[in-house]
Amino acid sequence: MKVNSMVRKNAYYDSVTLMIISREMKKIEGVDEVLVGMGTDLNVDLVEKLSLLTPELEGITPNDLFIAAKYDESKCTMDQIIQAFDEQINAKQDASAGDYQPPTLSSAVEHLKGANLVQISIPGRYAAREAEDALNKGLNVMLFSDNVSVEDELKLKKKAVEKGLLMMGPDCGTAIINGVPLCFANVLRRGAIGVVGASGTGTQEVTVCIDKLGEGVSQVIGTGGRDLSEPINGLMMSLGIDALESDPETKVIVLISKPPAPSVEKKILSKVSNCRKPVVVDFIGGDAEAILEAGAIPCVSLEDAARKAVAALRGEEIAAFEGFDAPENEINAIVDKAVASLKPDQKNLRALYTGGTLTDEAMKFLGENYQIYSNIPMTPDMAIEALEGEIKGHICLDLGEDEFTRGRPHPMIDPLTRSEFFDSHVDGTTAVVLVDCVLGYGSNADPAGAVAESVNSARARLAKEGKELVAVASVCGTDKDPQDLKKSVATLKEAGVIVMPSNMQAVRLVDRILARVSE
Amino acid sequence: MKVNELFKSELKVINMGLESFYQDMKSQDVSAIHVNWKPAAGGNEKMAALLARMKSLQ
Repeated sequence: MKVNSMVRKNAYYDSVTLMIISREMKKIEGVDEVLVGMGTDLNVDLVEKLSLLTPELEGITPNDLFIAAKYDESKCTMDQIIQAFDEQINAKQDASAGDYQPPTLSSAVEHLKGANLVQISIPGRYAAREAEDALNKGLNVMLFSDNVSVEDELKLKKKAVEKGLLMMGPDCGTAIINGVPLCFANVLRRGAIGVVGASGTGTQEVTVCIDKLGEGVSQVIGTGGRDLSEPINGLMMSLGIDALESDPETKVIVLISKPPAPSVEKKILSKVSNCRKPVVVDFIGGDAEAILEAGAIPCVSLEDAARKAVAALRGEEIAAFEGFDAPENEINAIVDKAVASLKPDQKNLRALYTGGTLTDEAMKFLGENYQIYSNIPMTPDMAIEALEGEIKGHICLDLGEDEFTRGRPHPMIDPLTRSEFFDSHVDGTTAVVLVDCVLGYGSNADPAGAVAESVNSARARLAKEGKELVAVASVCGTDKDPQDLKKSVATLKEAGVIVMPSNMQAVRLVDRILARVSE
Repeated sequence: MKVNELFKSELKVINMGLESFYQDMKSQDVSAIHVNWKPAAGGNEKMAALLARMKSLQ
């Protein structure tokens, strides 16, 4: 095996493009390992870990592209590897061929007359500077990048509030402005429900449920996950509430966040109590009493938030939804069939999520009833590290967390991480696998197909032990999404996956199955 | 508030970073332009900070 590398000075490509190309290049015959990236510290670390370091790579900068590879010289050459890279990158660039691409924000503003929003997803250490420039130019900002400091976030949001502009993010994954999905977002019917969300897939789940119930959204404003922390003090959620309150298209407002810092919760709820429009609040596991006192509507799940918003809009009775769409006898039949297919030693849960807030929702509910190892554990002793490499007990993972995505695209973009966890973690003790499938712009072209493939291969593996596999999924998507909800559901069902109408209903079904197998 | 003006206008997006986000805009016929972004000053942090400061003084 030969280790070789190539460096191109001052050639910049975005990280997701390069990570996807890296993966494709591993398929070249004779290539054992290959990494394509910019010369960032993180990538140099990875090169070292993969034993691909060559003297040529020492002293590279974040502005230099490199290819590092380990390959069998009798089967391929470095030239062939480089050529394969060039073919891949050229194919990607062909998609934008002929479009003028200005080099700076200033020239873009001159070129696109009336531009009103900048979507930024460059590396975090450069992002605050560009976002500030955009705000100074009077542009609204959607900042997808993470690794932006709290100090920078505060500075940017203060500036945005002063100017009455949106500063969505940093680390803002989803927003829908004027019906246009930004970054990771679903294609929804337009309507009268306005949403301000501090958690990405939580917002996607609520808005998708609204769409499934036959209503639509006016605006979906993302804030980034840190907005309701003490230092940021809910600056963007406050601005979002004001904007939606003055928006004539918005009749009902929904707020979504993980539990805020207590002082920020107080501030937001005080604003809510003065709001003239009905406000539905889902602070996932937050203080329902305080929400009620503010004259707002608390919720028991993301789906419940959607249902209550729709009821408030239609002037219907507002009641908590804690069950299933399907009648009880149908649910019992599904549970009976699943449990009957399992052997007595199949008792464990394997929840393999790609959406962060969807994982939170599952952990909040199932964690009350079972001890679950997780990277977001209910108690420190159940942290995933406590497993020490051994796979045992119930496991629930948010595979989109940094610890699983080093040098790889998020599992909502590239299902590889979850496929690997299916192979390594779904074993003969597994009673039920629980997954999410997030559709929409930004997401993988066929996440349901990837889940179906993993389920089929795990099923074939377990069959050798004479065992069955029970898999439960929910699909966060609509029929208008590029992946198509109906098609995705059909793909999953064909693989024998039980598909539930929402994450919470999938979680409740899994709870019933686990309750029976633990008897 | 300026945000409410945005709600009444046609959305026109400048994309900076992941090109796939620009392709998503194009596929929905949204007016958009993609910035061929590269780290300022060749990724040299000190130089980039200096350039930014000069820019803010202009």
